[in-house]
Amino acid sequence: MKDREFKKLKRRELLKLAPVLALGAFAIPKFQESLLKNGLAFSDWASSELFRQKHLAPTFGDSELTPFDKFPINGYDVEDPGVDFEKWSLTVSGAVKKPGDYKLEQIQALPRQRQNTRHVCVEGWDVIGRFGGARFSDFLNMIGADTTAKFVYVECADDYYETLDMATALHPQTLLCYEMYDLPLTREHGAPLRLNVPTKVGYKQAKYLTDLRVTNVVERFGYWEDQGYSYFYGL
Amino acid sequence: MGEEVIEIESAKGGDARRAAREHPWVVRFTHWVNAVSLFVMVGSGLQIFRAFPSFGAKIPQKNLLNWPKAYAIGGWLGGGLQWHLSFLWIYVASGLFYLAYEIFSGNYRQVLFVPSDIKGVWPMTRHYFLFGPKPVATEAYNPLQKMAYTSAIGLGVLSVLTGIAVWKPVQFSWLTWLMGGFHLARLWHFLVMWGILFFLFGHLAMVVLHGWNNFMSMWTGWKQDPDYISR
Repeated sequence: MKDREFKKLKRRELLKLAPVLALGAFAIPKFQESLLKNGLAFSDWASSELFRQKHLAPTFGDSELTPFDKFPINGYDVEDPGVDFEKWSLTVSGAVKKPGDYKLEQIQALPRQRQNTRHVCVEGWDVIGRFGGARFSDFLNMIGADTTAKFVYVECADDYYETLDMATALHPQTLLCYEMYDLPLTREHGAPLRLNVPTKVGYKQAKYLTDLRVTNVVERFGYWEDQGYSYFYGL
Repeated sequence: MGEEVIEIESAKGGDARRAAREHPWVVRFTHWVNAVSLFVMVGSGLQIFRAFPSFGAKIPQKNLLNWPKAYAIGGWLGGGLQWHLSFLWIYVASGLFYLAYEIFSGNYRQVLFVPSDIKGVWPMTRHYFLFGPKPVATEAYNPLQKMAYTSAIGLGVLSVLTGIAVWKPVQFSWLTWLMGGFHLARLWHFLVMWGILFFLFGHLAMVVLHGWNNFMSMWTGWKQDPDYISR
């Protein structure tokens, strides 16, 4: 082969690597945001495909529990939004047969489930806590929710808001939690009612619930999701 | 290993040179995609690590190291996660593409460290680190290179497995369990990254030492006058 031809051959081989340059799109400010948004959305889609409704999160023995005083309190705003327990009720709306205000006693009248499960924070730390409450699926049954709806959206006394996909809401370990470590929820842990979702990351476990809506349309998925966190974040 | 070899006539006359086709397109393509995605995975991974730079309890939290924000990708935890969760798919896809190609084409023989390579390890080590004589090269990669590349590929696989154990400790609870639990899975994921960076350090040092011709072979696939072809 002639020297000139060899140079040409090498150039041709080099050009064949041009597709690698497509990755450069991530460096262009104009495209970066939407590419990352799509990447996160793809991860969320894959996560929802990996989710198995009958697969239980690992549970732990009492000896493995993180002591209650070592269970971090992670409010996004205030540790105590000053909920008046006397007047408190959970306002239910959306695709349900029985909308309205539900008192804590009505939720506590449902079978109580207690579980020692892992709470994993998006930051990377984790603790094993003991949670007690009513199964979310029992409550959805009580309010006559349309379980073919896509989402359950909740709002909180501290203006936090969150959304669960219906499959997760119906998971047997998803609780409307009113107890931690066999004692009534303390204010800083979300009294009188919070979510406990062992199949999801920490910021999904909304505290101080006030409103619940069963719906197909959600305008804003959640406080942290709106800052750029994953919507699904299944563990 | 029979790499394709061609002879090149010199334009000005004189001796003919030879060139060997060392790297097929798939290897070169996935090498560079991997280089970019590894850079992003490490940079964004360190951003995620910054949010909880510890492997123990949250209360009390003992920080291991304070990684500077300037050397992390994404700006904040949420940004780091976006990069990490986007590029993991590119990282995994290029890795699978590479592995599938190596296995089905038989090209794995070029890099896979096998028992018959063991006897060549010491002479090569002596040459590299103790100024010993250079062993005769018979193939594209010497035993130490094969050992390094085989380890790097193994670390790549481990980086994904430990990553799954950290990301999906419920759906893949068996994997997390296999790694000794969630805390240890995070630690393995972190250590595997340092293992890869250790390889990368040696890899880049060797690229610098071996010069332009060697470097360009990962772009064009062709290497001129490699030492394992007798003239």
